[in-house]
Formats: sequence, structure tokens, C-alpha cells
Amino acid sequence: MNATDGLAVRDLTVHYGPVRALGGVSLDVPPGAVVAVLGGNGAGKSTLLRAISGTLRFQRGGISAGEISFEGERLSGAAPAAVVARGVVQVPEGRRIFSRMTVEENLRAGALGARRGARPRMIPHGAAEARERVLALFPVLAERARQRAGLLSGGEQQMLAIGRALMARPRLLLLDEPTLGLAPLMAARIADTIKEINAQGTSVLLVEQNAALALSLASHAYVLEVGEVALHGPAAGLAESDEVRRRYLGIGAAEVAAGTPGERPALSRWSA
Amino acid sequence: MITFLELLVNGISVGAVYALIALGFVVIFKATEVVNFAHASLLLAGGFVVAKLHPSIGFWAALAAGIGGAALVGALIEFLIIRRANVAGHSVLAIVTIGVDILLVTELTRQIGTDVLALGDPWGDRVLHLGPISIAETRVVALAVAALLITAFLLAFKYTGWGVAMRATAEDAETAALMGIRLGRVSLGAWAVAGALAAVAALFLCVFPTPGLDRGTTFAAMKAFPAAILGGLDSTTGALVGGLIVGVTEAMMSGYQNELAFLGRGIGDVAPFLVMTVILLIRPAGLFGTRELSRV
Ligand SMILES: Nc1ncnc2c1ncn2[C@@H]1O[C@H](COP(=O)(O)OP(=O)(O)OP(=O)(O)O)[C@@H](O)[C@H]1O
Ligand SMILES: [Mg+2]
Repeated sequence: MNATDGLAVRDLTVHYGPVRALGGVSLDVPPGAVVAVLGGNGAGKSTLLRAISGTLRFQRGGISAGEISFEGERLSGAAPAAVVARGVVQVPEGRRIFSRMTVEENLRAGALGARRGARPRMIPHGAAEARERVLALFPVLAERARQRAGLLSGGEQQMLAIGRALMARPRLLLLDEPTLGLAPLMAARIADTIKEINAQGTSVLLVEQNAALALSLASHAYVLEVGEVALHGPAAGLAESDEVRRRYLGIGAAEVAAGTPGERPALSRWSA
Repeated sequence: MITFLELLVNGISVGAVYALIALGFVVIFKATEVVNFAHASLLLAGGFVVAKLHPSIGFWAALAAGIGGAALVGALIEFLIIRRANVAGHSVLAIVTIGVDILLVTELTRQIGTDVLALGDPWGDRVLHLGPISIAETRVVALAVAALLITAFLLAFKYTGWGVAMRATAEDAETAALMGIRLGRVSLGAWAVAGALAAVAALFLCVFPTPGLDRGTTFAAMKAFPAAILGGLDSTTGALVGGLIVGVTEAMMSGYQNELAFLGRGIGDVAPFLVMTVILLIRPAGLFGTRELSRV
């Protein structure tokens, strides 16, 4: 793949003080793709997204080696606002909506960092168009526009968090565990939305612990273990690998052994 | 009864001026979580510029320069100190602002010396007679201007992009940064706005019936601290209500101090701090605040 395409992370090492959270991670998100990052608690998934967004310093962390670039421009070392301005926007873990502000104001906040002025590649017509697109994806946000965001249900808050990020008109959306703590039905809705957003032309880097869901959406996936890429490849292939099935899809070793090779496994956690 | 009404109007007017100061103080706290002990020195700087410039360039131009000057001092404190020190904790920064305050106040009081500087305002000592009530024209203007500025501020805080960025940052700075909000600009803006508001307050603390700007002006400005704290350090509503409570209490206590003689002379000056203490005992986060001072 061409180095000027999409997102490229190269040999990224991140420390929080003396604690090494990522060691030599390399990863690509080609334009238009959905790429998943899997891994257990503390594997370094959120750290990866913080490094891309430039917010490590809020956690007293920093990049100690490696480089991140998007469409050929360096992101590592850039301020968070500059990263957003280039079209890379994150939906953080735990939604982090502004709960004391209204739904409408949350969406406005999301638009504050959007790229100004028309560059040819960007989606035209600015904030009004972005708002329409968000409300079409999540009609409930229009109904609740004047309500305090803190009063929304967990699923609605996740929709607001995604909608808020879309207000910045991203070309690459970073999602940190968007289905965490949601009922299966709501998780399935969020998954459909991610598909829809991607179909409208936004690439997605999806961090998930729900491997079944993530692998069903992604074309490529990476598995992080203690800060390093343990496995990566096409999502379909990973879904069939013994390692992933045993550790992340909750399928026991016996079942793995019993299954005939080539047979697609039942993706239990995603069946909702 | 007439005395009571006069005291009440005076109290509300002075209270509105305290509210201007407290509002700036709260805005800085919301944007940066720093308790700005240098606030009184911002006010003194603004007043000083007006006092020095009005003989040569006229009152209105001098006032504009004073407002701009105080905003600039605020922005400089943010840019040169607060921003550089962002690895330090907020309580360390609060202590740094005490240092800045001592520096500025010492230099300004040295410049002022023992003088009492007039600010050259056009209202002088004229008194308005509304029926049986007599009230200084300066107090009416102060009330009107403060009300106007506070309204404009609250509307901006609620409806403009600047206001949304301020509130988002106050609630969750890291997520605000993820939205592409430039925290440095939000913080710089907060300090500049606080400086500008303080300069306007300086004017109205120094006009009739006060003789003018002198080294004691900072003490008057200090009364805005209890106003901000009793209202709740992170609440704009609290700053307004706190300002009014302090202004009215002070006016009443001073006005009736003969009847209150058993409490001691000069009760009006300590009243704001008494009220603050009582309110904090009942509500540790202040009337409208969400954060206790002990956590600062
Ligand atoms: N602020 C911090 N200070 C010190 N260490 C941290 C900090 N944040 C994360 N870490 C450490 O870095 C490692 C990676 O954490 P990270 O939050 O990136 O994991 P994660 O994969 O997102 O986990 P989870 O699935 O629980 O969200 C962990 O060992 C964690 O303890
Ligand atoms: Mg995480």
C-alpha cells in the first residue's frame, strides 16, 4: 500500500512515565476500510487511539518512538485540534458526552474543531450538512435536542458521542469500544450505524473487546497483547484462527478441535 | 424605610460590581481550574491605566485603554505562566498566582504612592432624587452597566461557539480537546475576559462616593472573593447571587452600624467574610457550586 494513503502507524512505542503501554506497534487503515483492533483489558487499545489523537499528555503519557501519519502528513507530535482539523476524529471510551450540556450543544461542540474552508476532498457544505447527516443517522437526537445529555440512556449517549464526532466531518473515525455496556440489541444497532457511516465514505478504526462484532464489520483486524501486535490479517481469517476463537470469541479449545477446518464458526456474541 | 431603600439600592449596585469581578474569577476557574488570587491586581492594573491616561486622552479613551490593558495583563499571565506550568497541579498554580499578585500590587502601589487618583468619570458627585430616595448617579450607572455586561456575558456563554467551547472545556477538558477545541485559546480568552470585566469593576469601585483609586482599592476588590466562593466557585449564577449578597449585606451592615454597634465598629467590611463562612458551613460547595473548595 502507498504510504500516502489512509492512516499509517509505524513502530509506535508509548510510555506513561516508566510504564510501557505500546511497544513497536505498526498498523494501517486503508482509505474507506473498517479495521478492527482487538485485545483484552490493558492491552493498549485506548493508548493507541490517544497516540493518534494527540491526547496522551492528558494521561501523562508520550510517544517515545515511531511515527503516525495520515494521508501522507505526520500526525505524531500534532496537537489534538490539528489532528481533528486533518479529519481524524475519535469517539472516546465510555462515551464522555458533555452531560451538563444539551444534546444540541454537544453536537455544536463536536463541530467546533471541524475543518474550515473548502478543500476539494472534504465533504462539502459544512456544519449544516454534517448536522443533517447526523440527525438522519440518529433521529432520536433530534427528538431530544433540548434535553440535557446526561439524561439520555446509555445507547442514546453512545449515539450522541458518535454523532458529535461526525459533526467534525471526519475522513477517519476512531471508535473506542462503542458497544461497551450496551444490551445486545443496542450493540447491533451501533454496528449497523458503523456500517452505514463507512458506506458514506468514512474510514473506521474500531477498537473492541466484542471480537465477534468487530470481526463481522472489519476487513482487517489486529490483535494487541500487552502493547504489541500479536496477530493481524484479514478479519475473516482471524475469525477462523484457533487463537482468536479461543481467546476472544469465547469458543472453548474442545470445540475448536472438534470443528471441521474451513467451517465458519458461529459468532456467538454477535448473534444478538 | 427611606434609609432602608437607599441602602438596598446602593447594596445592589455595589453587589453588581462585585458580581462582575466574581464572574471573571469563576470564568478563569471553569476554564483552567485555577483559583486566581491575582484577580485584585488585574483590577488595580485596569484602574491605574484609566487614572493615568484620562488627563491626556479623555475619559472614554482612557477607559477603553484600561479595559484593554487589564485584558492584556490577564492574557499575559495566562500565556507566560499558567500555560508554561501545565505540568504543575492546579493548587501549585493557585499559589503562583499569589506570587503574581504580590508582584503586581507592590509595583502598582509603589507607583500610586500615597495619592488618591481620580478616574475622570463624567458623573462626578451628582445625586438623583427618585421621590424620597436620593441616590448617587454613579451607583445607577454602575448598576445599569453591570447588568448589561452580565447579560451580554451570559448570552455569549449560552449561545456562542466561544461559550460552548468554554463549557465543554470546563466539564471535560480532554474530551473537549478530542473535539478539536483549542484549550489554550479557551484559557487565554477566559483570562482576557476576566481582566476586562475587572477593569470595568475598577472604575465603579473608584467613582463617587469613593474618593478615587488608591492603595486601598485592592481591599475593596477582595470582597469579590467571598462573593465567588459563597456562590460556588464553578457557577456563573453563583457569582451573580454571591455578588449581590455581599453587596447588600455590606451596605446594610454599614448603614445600620450604629444599631449594630454591639458587633463592633467596621462590621460592614468583615460582613462579606462572615456571610461566606456561614454559607460554607451549611453548603461546602457554595450555593450553586458543584465542587468543594477543599478539592481545589
Ligand atoms: N494514565 C495512565 N498512567 C499509567 N499507565 C496507564 C495509564 N493509562 C493506561 N495505562 C497502562 O497502559 C496499559 C494500556 O492501557 P489502555 O488503557 O491503553 O488499555 P486498553 O486496551 O484500552 O484497556 P481496556 O480494554 O481496559 O480499555 C495498561 O497497562 C494500563 O495500565
Ligand atoms: Mg481502553
